[in-house]
Amino acid sequence: MVAGVARGLADHIGVDVLVVRALFVILAFGGGAGIAMYAAFWAFVGPVPTGPDDGGLAPRTVGHERRGRVGRDRFGDSGQYVALAAVAIGGVLAVQSLGLGLPGRLLWPLALTAFGAAVLWRQADEAQRTRWRSAVGNPRPRLVTTVAGAALVFAGAATFLAYHEQLGQVRNGLLSTAVLVTGVAVITGPWWLGTVRALSSERRARIREQERAELAAHLHDSVLHTLALIQRHVEDPREVQRLARGQERELRTWLYRPSSDQERDFGRALERVLAEIEDSQGVSIDVVVVGECSLDDRLAATLQAVREAALNAAKHSGSEAISVYAEVEPLKVTVFVRDRGKGFDMNAVPEDRLGVKESVVGRMERHGGKAFIRTAPGEGTEVRLEMELK
Amino acid sequence: MTPPVRVVLVDDHRLFRSGVRAELGPRVDVVGEADDVASAIAAIVALTPDVVLLDVHLPGGGGAEVLRAILPQLPDVRFLAVSVSDAAEDVIGTIRAGARGYVTKTISGADLTDAVVRVADGDAVFSPRLAGFVLDAFAATDAPSIDPELDALTAREREVLRLIARGYAYKEIARELFISVKTVETHVSSVLRKLQLSNRHELTRWATDRRLV
Repeated sequence: MVAGVARGLADHIGVDVLVVRALFVILAFGGGAGIAMYAAFWAFVGPVPTGPDDGGLAPRTVGHERRGRVGRDRFGDSGQYVALAAVAIGGVLAVQSLGLGLPGRLLWPLALTAFGAAVLWRQADEAQRTRWRSAVGNPRPRLVTTVAGAALVFAGAATFLAYHEQLGQVRNGLLSTAVLVTGVAVITGPWWLGTVRALSSERRARIREQERAELAAHLHDSVLHTLALIQRHVEDPREVQRLARGQERELRTWLYRPSSDQERDFGRALERVLAEIEDSQGVSIDVVVVGECSLDDRLAATLQAVREAALNAAKHSGSEAISVYAEVEPLKVTVFVRDRGKGFDMNAVPEDRLGVKESVVGRMERHGGKAFIRTAPGEGTEVRLEMELK
Repeated sequence: MTPPVRVVLVDDHRLFRSGVRAELGPRVDVVGEADDVASAIAAIVALTPDVVLLDVHLPGGGGAEVLRAILPQLPDVRFLAVSVSDAAEDVIGTIRAGARGYVTKTISGADLTDAVVRVADGDAVFSPRLAGFVLDAFAATDAPSIDPELDALTAREREVLRLIARGYAYKEIARELFISVKTVETHVSSVLRKLQLSNRHELTRWATDRRLV
């Protein structure tokens, strides 16, 4: 509750936070070891960044233990302050009961000061955390607590002095302190600003470096690899063509196409299916898709039929290039697969050749669509597939 | 026989320029080359070619910059955009800046020669991909159009574009639709005009929204 140590530990080792807290309490009664451990954890173990941070960079590797977002706790910040106050009062009572004999007028100012200091320290803690996260919250509440904490410390110190000295002296002392503090702020201000700027520019540089590394990795894995393969296949123009074409497609996808949520899009799926054929058959297929819609089982069947038609064209037409055009209209999807190859005589296809009849025409009809084939010897072939949308 | 078409090649890749030079047939005469926006403008003004083969991505501002600089002073120079990019932004952007056609760099030498000659004759050259983009862009119209004549395609124009997208050559389209090649060319030019002049903001927005390959 105080600094989120128990919660962090609990999250890390995967037990209930109450168990950890209870353990700390028990250990605390056993000669104060719990308190010491808690303090040690708080001081030495860094917080875990929570939520999305600045573009998923390095801080993920920093510190594991203290998932200290107490704000996420049910008790919230105020709960934490209550806990801090409890610690302060507890500390005071402990000192009293140990009979160290500090008189009350000395002790309460001290407690007040300690509480204020605790608030301030916790604040610094929080500030460090928000630097890991992108600082989205408004800074106002932080300013308020900082000022309040400082005021508490100040008030504690002032009362302490007030009990001992003449009030006039206190005023002089306060004045000179204020002057001193202001002076220090003015002197060190530029340095602080410089540090902050250096930090942010370093972060930008790191992001750039990361992007460059990613680009280099991609180019290495794909483009350089393909170039090497091409050099080894110079005597086989078809293979060179296939490699170059495949690489071109991959690079285009990587450059121009956002990767998200396109898995279920009909056009993307169509391009994927045809890319496979390009790769396996060494032909080039030009794909043009107009409109878009999401994939369902009827369109999946249409894709299969397109695949068969394009495979036939690649294997049997003798044409090097195949054109595929798909148009999505409000009520139906139409796909044309066309080659300029040798064509064939529909009536001359033997009955037992199931390729076209079953896998293209039959498949479309089973799913409520239609397929038309237009071809003649020497004229190339065009397969038209129509599927109504639900 | 008609004299060869005078062409200026604008591309920042020397290898590509020499490749194109070697591939273009005798109907085309490459009279000059340039490799960035400034040198392209200088060369075009000095040579006043029939056709400029223009790379879309060019140091110094891109192909569209050359179009904007040249067309006001030399409206008779015709531009054919050539690019490796199939991104809708690039394609639509270059056409709207004034290019009369768009082909990708993988086009064969013979097809490129045809395209250059066709552009020199004042016709438009649409690749299947460009035809697809245009169909898509004009189909995505929910908003009421400002100028119905410019903002919508006729049924015939749609038919022609569909056939281009299906990989048909103009001659094949003519045969398919029982019209003359000249009529096909008229339809395509009309689509090009709409594409360039329609101020439907959807066109540009559509292109930038879909950074498609």
